[in-house]
Parts: sequence; structure tokens; C-alpha cells
Amino acid sequence: MTEAYEKVQLARHKDRPTAKSYIDNIFKDFTELHGDRRFGDDKAIMAGIAWLDKIAVTVIAIEKGSDLQQRVMRNFGSANPEGYRKAMRHFEQAQKFKRPVVCFVDTPGAFCGIGAEERGQGQAIAESITKMVSLKVPVISIIIGEGGSGGALALASGDEVWMMENSIYSVITPEGCASILWKDTSKVKEAANNLKLTAQDLYNLQVVEKVFSEKLPFEKLCQEIKEQLINTLKNSILLTEKELLDKRYEKFRKIGR
Amino acid sequence: MLKKGLFKKPQNILEGGTNSRAEIPEELCRKCAECNKMLFLGELKENLNVCDQCGYHFALSARERIFITADKNTFKELFVGIKPKNILDFFEYDKKLSSAVQNSKEEESVICGTCKINKIPVCLFVMEGRFMMGSMGTVTGEKITRLFEYALEKSLPVIGFCVSGGARMQEGILSLMQMTKTSAAVKRHSDGGNLYISVLTNPTTGGVTASFAMEGDIIISEPKALICFAGPRVIEQTIKQQLPKGFQKAEFLIEKGFIDLIVERSKLKDYLFKLLSFHTGAKK
Repeated sequence: MTEAYEKVQLARHKDRPTAKSYIDNIFKDFTELHGDRRFGDDKAIMAGIAWLDKIAVTVIAIEKGSDLQQRVMRNFGSANPEGYRKAMRHFEQAQKFKRPVVCFVDTPGAFCGIGAEERGQGQAIAESITKMVSLKVPVISIIIGEGGSGGALALASGDEVWMMENSIYSVITPEGCASILWKDTSKVKEAANNLKLTAQDLYNLQVVEKVFSEKLPFEKLCQEIKEQLINTLKNSILLTEKELLDKRYEKFRKIGR
Repeated sequence: MLKKGLFKKPQNILEGGTNSRAEIPEELCRKCAECNKMLFLGELKENLNVCDQCGYHFALSARERIFITADKNTFKELFVGIKPKNILDFFEYDKKLSSAVQNSKEEESVICGTCKINKIPVCLFVMEGRFMMGSMGTVTGEKITRLFEYALEKSLPVIGFCVSGGARMQEGILSLMQMTKTSAAVKRHSDGGNLYISVLTNPTTGGVTASFAMEGDIIISEPKALICFAGPRVIEQTIKQQLPKGFQKAEFLIEKGFIDLIVERSKLKDYLFKLLSFHTGAKK
């Protein structure tokens, strides 16, 4: 078995495709729409509308940036409250126009700073989770790199959560865990193993529904994701609103029952 | 010219110094964390664990909180006997759990039940800070979810007292998922037209702040409670600068618009009753 920490390194690798590459390969005519109408435009979260084959969908993605300049501009994929509020604005529009939602998650965590706290990071995440879990249209989240705690969960509380083979999803970073448990950040490997944060672990724990192999070339992988999205959304569209919401409620309800 | 040392403080107890308080046995008193006043435990308890000099609110155990909140003999505990397990086989979690049980005399970090507040029936959850810092494990999430489901079925309001270090690391992703699970249950209860008042006490942080703590129709805090997503130490380490005084305290949050009220402990029950009666139509 591959060590969990190797997966952590792969998930964070600088050459890993970011959300933008997935969007370009899976959708057509992605049109980015900016701002939360309250405070500003958080560059860590991109949102807009695109075609998934013949279905118009809302796309919300945490974008880390593909080179240093981009990464700085994107705040390394750490969203501020206004990012989550932008996402919520798009959840609401998706519901109004009956568009399914696809989210891409790739974040070390919600941004940790004075401004983020002043503007209610906790409140923004809580509201985003609530909006997403009660959204009356189908919503699927794909974790493509790092799924960092509450900052990831805020965009991963939908009908299904999928993961790339080399992505991770965790309640705390292995570094944070090691420093709390052993007061020693060099114990990250032990921490990573203990946290059960790999895509395979999460699939076994029934927290995620699908894991995509990354052995395929990237374009093929995106094609595969596209087909799965179309299939899943087509099935979701057959459900009544109540069935859709009950199924989603049950997905989370059963964890730790 | 005055002799040097004339106004010097007496050097020992025999000189009749002012340090005579040092003789009070420690188990009878406690130093206020805010103003350093030595407080007699008996008086402190009578004052609901609030310093009579500076108003600092010491922690209350969940049972003490229930005792001062619920009408006498009305609290009926629900969901007893669901105990946390080391599901992920996490390093030393079993040990931590058994010392948490010993420490707090509780099974988990939350107690749920029904009670009356000045005769108004409500569902109540109270988190226990002495159980692994009130962290949220799967059982914590499960009990709170069940309470909101129960309250929805019975059309009862929910009052929730929060104190928490956040999602519990030792249950990994499964504790993170409790944030969505509880939020979904809060939403259903809310959609049913029912009232939820959350009361934040020191400290309310992390995944609890980012879920049910911030989801109350009305959010009350005790004075000076720390309420945050990322803790002050983590932020200081990240941005490498000192945080302004009072940052992330209740008084700061109310300025920023994130809580409705700051209410001192002795007036909490009256406020809860007042707010409840607006929603139930009960007259004084």
C-alpha cells in the first residue's frame, strides 16, 4: 500500500492540474461570473455557467493557480468568506434556473487571517453547507487535489462526492495533526496514516461515491468524468425534488449513525 | 530627607503584610483568570461561576448549565448510552476517550434532552467542555442531529449551548461530515417553522462555529467568549503578527454583526424565556 503521506505530496504537487484545466476539458463555453455582491470578488473561487454536453450547468471551483503568479493571485486556493458567499449566490441562481451544479474542490483549507475572521469565515462556511445540502437541484462535488477541512466541505455537501485517485480529504492537515498530537511536525507521516485521508480510505469509509484512476492521460480522464457527470445528472433529474433531497439527507445522515 | 525604604512593602507575614490571603487553602478558592482576584469557591458557585469583581465567566459543566437553565426537575435526558468508539483505530484515541469520560463523568461531549424554561417546553443540548475540549465526534453529531429531528417531530424549539474546540481530529473525516449532518438537520427543523437559539460560550471554535453554532435563528453569546473559526494562535503563527486586543471575542463579533446579543449568565434564562415567549405566544 502506498503511504498516505505520498498521496498528500501528490495531491499538493505543483504540476498537478488545477480546476481550470478540468473545466476547460470537461465543459464548453465556461463563462465566469464574478463577485459576491456584498464585499468583493474572491479569486480563490471561480464560478460561472457552462455546457456539459447539452446540459447548462453552474460550475463552482476552488482554483489554486498553475504558476507562482497565478497562485499568489488565487491565494493558493484558500478562500475568504466572500468566496463562499459568491458560491452561495451561484447556488441560488442554479436553483432558480433549475441548473445542476458541479463543484471542484482543491484547497489546503479556508483562509486563516484577520480579515477572514472579521468577515465571518465560520458563518460563511456554515451557511454554504446548509445551502448546498438543501439545494433543490442536483449537485456533485469532485475533489481534484486537496480537500482541506471545512473550507472543502463548504463546497462538498452535495448528492455525491468524487475524488481523484491521488487526492486527499481531511479534517485537519497532517502537519496540524502532528503538531497537536506529538508537538512535532516531523511526524507528518504517522499523522497522515492515522487520519485516513486518501481517496481509497474515504471510499472504504463510504464518504465518497467514486474514485477516478489517474493512470489515464488527462484528456481521457476528463472524458471519463464528463460521461460520469452526464450519467449521474441524468439519473438525478428523474428524481422528484423530495426524493433528491431525502437521498442527499440520508447520504450524510448515515455517517456515524 | 526621607529614609530609603520607609514606604517599602513589609517583607514578611510577621510584619503584618498584605499577603495574608496566601494562607487560604488553595482548594477553597480560585484565582480569576481575568483580574487575578482570589475568589472563594462557595461564593463563586453562588455567583454562577462569574467573578464578582470583573464579571469574568468561568466555564460551567454541562450538568451545572442544565441545572441553572431548566426549570427544577423538568430535564429529561435523551439518547443515553451511545458511546464514541475508536472507529479509525487512531493513535491513543481509546486512552483519550477513557480519560475524557473520567474527567467529565459524561459519555460524550454533548448532553441532549427536553426540559421546560419558565414552563415553556424546549429541546436542549449542552456541550461539555471537559470532554476532549468539547470536540465534535460522530456521536456528538449523531446526538445533536437526533435532537433536531426529535424537535421537528414534536414541533419544539431547540436551545443549544455550544463550547467546542471544533471537529474531533481522532475521528478524521467522519467528524468533519458531522458538520453537514447537523446542518442538514438544523435546516429541516428550521423549514418546519421551529425556533433554534444557539448560545455560544467560551470557547466556540472550528467546525462547530462553521456549522450549528452559527445557524441559530438567534445567536446569543456570554460576555468575552472566544468565538472563531481559526483560533488566535493559528492565525498568529500564519500571519506572524500579534492580533489586536479583544479580537474574536463576543464583543468583537457583535460589532461585526455576527451575533445578536451578549447576555451575562445571571440574565440568560430570563432572555431565553423572553425570546421563547415571542415564538410560542406564552404570556408572563
